[in-house]
Amino acid sequence: MKSINNTINLENLVYTKPSLMNSNITHYCPGCSHGVVHKLVAEVIANMNLEEQTIGIASVGCSVFIYNYIDIDWIGAAHGRAPAVATAVKRLNPNKMVFTYQGDGDLAAIGTAETIHACNRGENIVIIFINNAIYGMTGGQMAPTTILKMQTATCPYGRDISLNGYPLQISNILAQIEGTCLVSREAVFSTKTIKKSKKILCKAFKNAMSGKGTSIIEFISTCTSGWKMSPIQANKWMIKNMLPIYPLGVLKDK
Amino acid sequence: MEEIKLLKGNEAIAYAAIRYGVDGYFGYPITPQSEIMETLIKERPWETTGMIVLQAESEIAAINMVYGGAACGKKVMTSSSSPGISLKQEGISYMAGAELPGLIVNVMRGGPGLGTIQPSQADYFQTVKGGGHGDYKIIVLAPNSVQEMADHVALGLNLAFKYKNPAMILSDGVIGQMMEKVILPKQCQRKTEREIRKSYPWATLGKSKSCKPNIITSVELDSFLMEARNLRFQKKYRTIEKNEVLYEEFFCDDVEYLIVAFGSAARISQKAVEIARGIGIKAGLFRPITLYPFPMKKLNSYKEKLKDILVVELNAGQMIEDVKLAVECKIPVKHYGRFGGIVPTPQEILEKIKNEINK
Amino acid sequence: MQYEIIISGFGGQGILFMGKILTYAGLLEGKEITWYPSYGPEQRGGTANVTVILSNKRISSPILNEYNTAITLNQPSLEKFEKTIKSNGTLIYDKYGITKMPTRKDIQIFEIDAINSSIKEGNSKMFNMIILGGLIKVTKIVKIESITNSLKKTIQEYNQKFLSMNQYAILKGMNLIKKIK
Repeated sequence: MKSINNTINLENLVYTKPSLMNSNITHYCPGCSHGVVHKLVAEVIANMNLEEQTIGIASVGCSVFIYNYIDIDWIGAAHGRAPAVATAVKRLNPNKMVFTYQGDGDLAAIGTAETIHACNRGENIVIIFINNAIYGMTGGQMAPTTILKMQTATCPYGRDISLNGYPLQISNILAQIEGTCLVSREAVFSTKTIKKSKKILCKAFKNAMSGKGTSIIEFISTCTSGWKMSPIQANKWMIKNMLPIYPLGVLKDK
Repeated sequence: MEEIKLLKGNEAIAYAAIRYGVDGYFGYPITPQSEIMETLIKERPWETTGMIVLQAESEIAAINMVYGGAACGKKVMTSSSSPGISLKQEGISYMAGAELPGLIVNVMRGGPGLGTIQPSQADYFQTVKGGGHGDYKIIVLAPNSVQEMADHVALGLNLAFKYKNPAMILSDGVIGQMMEKVILPKQCQRKTEREIRKSYPWATLGKSKSCKPNIITSVELDSFLMEARNLRFQKKYRTIEKNEVLYEEFFCDDVEYLIVAFGSAARISQKAVEIARGIGIKAGLFRPITLYPFPMKKLNSYKEKLKDILVVELNAGQMIEDVKLAVECKIPVKHYGRFGGIVPTPQEILEKIKNEINK
Repeated sequence: MQYEIIISGFGGQGILFMGKILTYAGLLEGKEITWYPSYGPEQRGGTANVTVILSNKRISSPILNEYNTAITLNQPSLEKFEKTIKSNGTLIYDKYGITKMPTRKDIQIFEIDAINSSIKEGNSKMFNMIILGGLIKVTKIVKIESITNSLKKTIQEYNQKFLSMNQYAILKGMNLIKKIK
């Protein structure tokens, strides 16, 4: 009889933690999409051999501590200002790989101007946009992308058009701007979507390095704590309620 | 090669920035300082020194671009006027919190609100006492000539990098718009990436294989660690206060009546002092060049010698508070100010001196 | 010796430029100099002015309340600045559109018909240099060559034709200026 210990060896290895992800335990809630997207970012940087040239711009939101998990150089930007910070970093260091990692409040509310103008200048950066339709870090308040009738701490009776307007289709707006070269909406709830996301993320990083313009990869994501759901419930709810409003797929690829 | 030019204060800042090897300027137009960015763009330094000049979408974006550039160890700057500087305060606080060097130029105009576009010194409190949130200080230089506008670009950036702290040139519409003779320094080379990595090992330029990642941030949720960080900042500020005070004195050896003024108000007061000396009044002028650190010690030494002090400012009385602290309120400190963009004439200040003496 | 001048007229007349040429001429002669404009919306249409100081020593205030010489190029400027001239100082005014003549007895007063003259010559751009010619004639604060060199340094698309025109205008101004009092 073979013991289990004989089975655990390099030849049988089918999966490893990305080399750039360290051993720190993340502060993310179980079922949160951040973990998977972090992993994809770390893998893409390592696969493309960019770890010595990459500068990540973290934003304000749950991912403010991303620097604790991915071992590259990081700059923590003020709320909403990551695209402005990234602009200067890339312009002053044109041979570096510069990307931002922002949530929906950061990118589509307080930082709308910075997002649109960085895209309009066609900055050679990647914007990774986590859209979970809620403010996670501050405790589940309404986001610009909160869907209609969805309940949050600041719209406890559901998002109401007359009071709060409509869910903001920011990626569709960005796709119309001349300076963007790739705008795609992705998700990470299945092996298939994860694999597809990684491919498009890789393309975005290549665009930035070859000077094609701004790439925006939106990830429709879960927020188990904010939505008050279990990981499985949250993924099901997301597929059923968010994907019809934010359909997955490439919005622009030029 | 050094060069003598006839320049506006604003233009002098632009030429000096290129010659001192600044890596990047990020700005947004606002009167009375738009010539800074206009001159930079006209000169096209990206073709000569490689300096980047970019018109941002707002003052907020511009200061955050400075934040990003500074994080990479680059010599970066922005400029604006009062309302725009208010918008930059968040970014300045973040820079102070993340300990990033950078230069901000404020060519002050009359406020509050949109106010006027004429000269003012009403942003003294905002600049010297805080501006943004949190316990922090920025180094504040107050040039009073076009030459000093140019010189303070180098001084401000040197101090900023020495202390890893933002520095501000606090000027106004008079100094920004007037033309004077300027000696521009010879062209300095910008630092290479290798030099930056060596001089500023904290800079985020991509992680080297054997090193730990560099993280630039102002966040620290552990209050004990945040307190420790604050204590370290305070220690740094005490060092700045000890080492970097600059001031200038005119006719102060035998002074009986002292005026304290900075920037354009000091130029005008100097003329009033000259006229006063001509009619036998032993007036003198004390001019702080650094507003933070403020020349507390030197001013304190006047409290035994004088009956009172007059502070002249283009505001309702702001620096006067620091003068009072400096002399520990041992002698009366009076104020003469014009506001909202009105600049006093030397004659007005002379009349004030005469009135005070005859009281 | 410190020489303090105010030049005032309508915005758009080239007041600030005239001051700059004079200031730069002072710089070329190794003098200390300041040029301080009224700036802002005034530049476009309202009354604009510029203070020029030339000195042998470091200049304190760029802003003054009295002057050795005032050059006024419209009625509001004449009324505003006649009273700011130091005793024994100089007033130069262009008579175009002037309805109320200056009244001071303790200053020298000169009239120059520069605006009309430049219109007659068919080149309104000459007007500035006519005024400067007049100023140099009566005050001798800088040399004519310094003004010419100043023009060369200041104007980017400078050419021989332009220089000849301006030299002609300066001489014209020296001839046109006449003492009233």
